[in-house]
Amino acid sequence: MFSAFDFDVIQRALPYLWQGMTTTLWLTLLAMVGGIVLGTLLALMRLSSIKIISVPAGIYVNLLRATPLILVIFWFYFLVPIAVKHISGDSYAQGIGPFYSALIAFTLFEAAYYCEIIRAGIQSVPAGQVNAGYALGLTYQQTTRLVVLPQAFRNMVPILLTQGIILFQDTSLVYVVGLTDFMGAASKVAQRDGRLVEMYLFAALIYFILCFLASYVVRRLQLRITPPR
Amino acid sequence: MAMIEFKNVSKWYGSFQVLKDCTTQVEKGEVIVVCGPSGSGKSTLIKCVNGLEPFQSGSLIVNGQSVGDKATNLPQLRAKIGMVFQNFELFPHMNVTANLNLAQVKVLGRGVEEATAKSHALLRRVGLIDHAQKFPGQLSGGQQQRVSIARALAMDPIAMLFDEPTSALDPEMINEVLDVMVELAQEGMTMMCVTHEMGFARKVAHRVIFMDRGEIVEDATKNDFFGTPRSERAQQFLSKILHH
Amino acid sequence: MDFGFLTQPAFSGGGTYLDWVISGVKWTLLVSLCAWVIAFTIGSVLGVMRTTRVAWLYGPATAYVELFRNIPLLVHMFIWYFVVPEIVPNTLGTWMKQGMPMPEFWSAVLALGFYTASRVAEQVRSGIQSIPRGQTHAALATGLTMPQVYRHLLLPMGYRIVIPPLTSEFLTIFKNSSVALTIGVLELTAQARTISEYTFRTFEIFTLATVVYVLITMAVVVVMQLLERRVQVPGYIGTGK
Repeated sequence: MFSAFDFDVIQRALPYLWQGMTTTLWLTLLAMVGGIVLGTLLALMRLSSIKIISVPAGIYVNLLRATPLILVIFWFYFLVPIAVKHISGDSYAQGIGPFYSALIAFTLFEAAYYCEIIRAGIQSVPAGQVNAGYALGLTYQQTTRLVVLPQAFRNMVPILLTQGIILFQDTSLVYVVGLTDFMGAASKVAQRDGRLVEMYLFAALIYFILCFLASYVVRRLQLRITPPR
Repeated sequence: MAMIEFKNVSKWYGSFQVLKDCTTQVEKGEVIVVCGPSGSGKSTLIKCVNGLEPFQSGSLIVNGQSVGDKATNLPQLRAKIGMVFQNFELFPHMNVTANLNLAQVKVLGRGVEEATAKSHALLRRVGLIDHAQKFPGQLSGGQQQRVSIARALAMDPIAMLFDEPTSALDPEMINEVLDVMVELAQEGMTMMCVTHEMGFARKVAHRVIFMDRGEIVEDATKNDFFGTPRSERAQQFLSKILHH
Repeated sequence: MDFGFLTQPAFSGGGTYLDWVISGVKWTLLVSLCAWVIAFTIGSVLGVMRTTRVAWLYGPATAYVELFRNIPLLVHMFIWYFVVPEIVPNTLGTWMKQGMPMPEFWSAVLALGFYTASRVAEQVRSGIQSIPRGQTHAALATGLTMPQVYRHLLLPMGYRIVIPPLTSEFLTIFKNSSVALTIGVLELTAQARTISEYTFRTFEIFTLATVVYVLITMAVVVVMQLLERRVQVPGYIGTGK
């Protein structure tokens, strides 16, 4: 059965696949950083006692968390060019390309998930810590920035990274708008050369190795942060 | 033959030795109090009796059966030895009666009616018959611990193990639990109790075992132990515990 | 926004565009629910296996979880749809390609089901492991055997604990069912995209699809809250103790 396999096809496609992988990695990294920054902002908004701040953030987060990622990607693929035309005032403006559309979609989508992780992290810091900050004369901003967030992020690092691994897997969905990430590259070679079995199994193997190693590192990190009892 | 007989029992967690050559015995009808500083291995010692904690060397015979032996039917042995835990460990998703019935039905094979009758009789005895249909989470700590004693007694045990039964309780609830234990002791139940309640020890214990760093440092009759403890460590421990 | 186009006759198939949307919802629900049956059953078994100390039980279960959750769902879809028929014995492979009804649908169900099983397994495992060890000790001390401890204590308590995380897995399976469009299942997201291509009413049709997903989410959350309340343990989980 395996004699029918052609592993040369993989070797010949390697440079192209690597190109796709760099797209995947950039997309993951940028969306992760953007998602965490925006997610922190959303989390602070959701925890605000002022309704006109907390309610819109809550609606945004719940709306995105209820919508499939693919639909969100379609949404932004459709909306971003319109927004670009609107902002530039030039109705003939070119789009900013599928990569940036996808990047915006992933950042805004992941922000909703990061928001919930960070909100839980902030809430896990005991209220006594906040009171102690106030008692020392720190303001709300100072207490948040100097006392709460550092502790929260320290506890959250493993979960934030785990979400990053999920994001890495999710970026494969840019396939639906034809962007050539790693999976896009693998599937283009697969279709072109008629080598679906080899290419898809190879893609699975690469994803598995990278995600397995990354989650192993995260687990080690987690043990260092919270020693087992 | 003694009901419980430890011979040179040793246990390690990795390279850390938690029990060092422990040798002692409990006769039928005897009440033994095990005390010592925290981390001295006393809880581990009594959990060896019903095989909840495995040990690596030595021998431990309970009711004529070797606990460390692979051939020993542990569930059968455990059914005969009652145990009461520091944190009660009632099953939160079952009401009080169901907690008492579970092992009677599943292990002893009693019918539900017979088990319920037995359970209710025991609940009456510990003064909690009015709470028979409540869930553990709706009871106070003292009430939960009395239920858990009743749960152990429902199996008609030949001996009872107590693992710090009062140390998770608020002070005002300690006595309601100790009263039940004293009554049991006076009825002649064989008991091995890890506790710091020296009043209880003075009242009903036959012997006191003092442990420190995994060793049985002192194993004496009640009068000897409280009169003239031989080891310095036991003296220090007693003076700390009695002075507050 | 003008939703008038929904009642217009569709490009093909004889119905209206609204019929396309309804058919999309039907396939979304079908794929998700069928996949959930697989995910819940296999995930539960694997999760329990991972909590045991028996090497031939937790070993394979751990391997499964690691293998399935470290490969993106899209790749699972492609493997079930394109690869599996090629590498199974010939007669079976030929049948899968030519004789099997609705190959896209079943590939999607298997891919989504087996993938989600690895996530369900992790939730079940952590639910059971969050029960204090003292509880197991207490049950063993009364003479129950380990299987009995699972049957009467760890499973009933564990499943109550995992209702909230399982709810979120259940919601995820509805959202993830949209990945089935990559192998040609015409579920809700696929229909929305197709309709937008035919009518150019992209904004309206995407809004409608998003609203449907939000409604599904809300319905699931309400049902699971009812379930949670029904099996609630007095004095414990969720009663503010």
